[in-house]
Amino acid sequence: MDQTLIFLTILGMAVATYPVRALPLLALASRDLHPGLRRFLGFVPTAVLSAMLAQGVLLEDGSLSVGPDNIFLLAAVPAFATAILTRSFFGTVAVGMGVVAGCRYFGL
Amino acid sequence: MDVRTSALDGARWAPGAFGEALRQAAPIVLGYLPVGFAYGVLALKTGLSPLNAVLMSALVFAGSAQLIAVGLLAAGASPLSVAATTFVVNLRHLLMAASLAPHLRGWPASRLAWFGFQLTDETFALHSLRFMQGPPRVAQTLWINAVAHGAWVAGSALGVAASAAVADVRPLGLDYALPAMFIALVVGQVRGAVHVLVGLAAAGLALGLHAAGAGPWSVILATLGAAALGTGVSAWTRR
Repeated sequence: MDQTLIFLTILGMAVATYPVRALPLLALASRDLHPGLRRFLGFVPTAVLSAMLAQGVLLEDGSLSVGPDNIFLLAAVPAFATAILTRSFFGTVAVGMGVVAGCRYFGL
Repeated sequence: MDVRTSALDGARWAPGAFGEALRQAAPIVLGYLPVGFAYGVLALKTGLSPLNAVLMSALVFAGSAQLIAVGLLAAGASPLSVAATTFVVNLRHLLMAASLAPHLRGWPASRLAWFGFQLTDETFALHSLRFMQGPPRVAQTLWINAVAHGAWVAGSALGVAASAAVADVRPLGLDYALPAMFIALVVGQVRGAVHVLVGLAAAGLALGLHAAGAGPWSVILATLGAAALGTGVSAWTRR
């Protein structure tokens, strides 16, 4: 691979990523937003995290997988329970990774 | 009010702020080290030089987009198409930045610009929880981002260094670190029935749009749809 071309690609990726992250902050941080828009933006964290989580857990190689052979889905059950009961980041991550590792170790 | 507890405490990068940031960013570090490691291994196996592999983590700092880019480069895609795909995949950060913006009122433009450079899914999720508890401290907020960025670059570098020795990039459930973190973060977000509805709607829309062929657009479209639904329902139940 031509490493100069890859470096230019990386610069292109940075140029494609940075304004998307920074411009809304610079444009909106000191502006009074319409209450409806504020309420809409208040739902964005829940919505975007749920959308990404659903795709991360329920898609395997790009297609929907809801059976018991989906280890990520199995691990999500105790991970959700841990998160709801303990509100602990570490506990949730440890339980989730532990269940996935255990399932693979025992060949489930 | 004590000056030091005001929202603008943070021109100074006090050591106390760093310690507290380290504690708060710990879950992100736990997630980034293994995923960065997997990226580093994959990048080298694809044919990126060690320097370029680490530079991408330093300059772009976008987990899923980097893994997608490496896959595209392996398939011989042009730089332009890699950059265009990165743009679409990261377009969701537009909404994330907009939703954090009202909490950053009064920040100087230079700090906003720096904050934006290190805005990822994970730092966003953590900050959106922190900002609910009151106006963010500038130094602590920027240190959390710096720690997260450092962990991402360090994980990538470790993956680069270990690439030759590692055959499988999914050891011991490490690839579940980020989904598990999203679970913890989304549970922390939920306040009441409308949030549960929004979360379920976003999940359903993301899967439906993906099945319909929306590809990299599916997350941002699902987010817009579900947040609009939540706004409509909360306006309606308010009457």
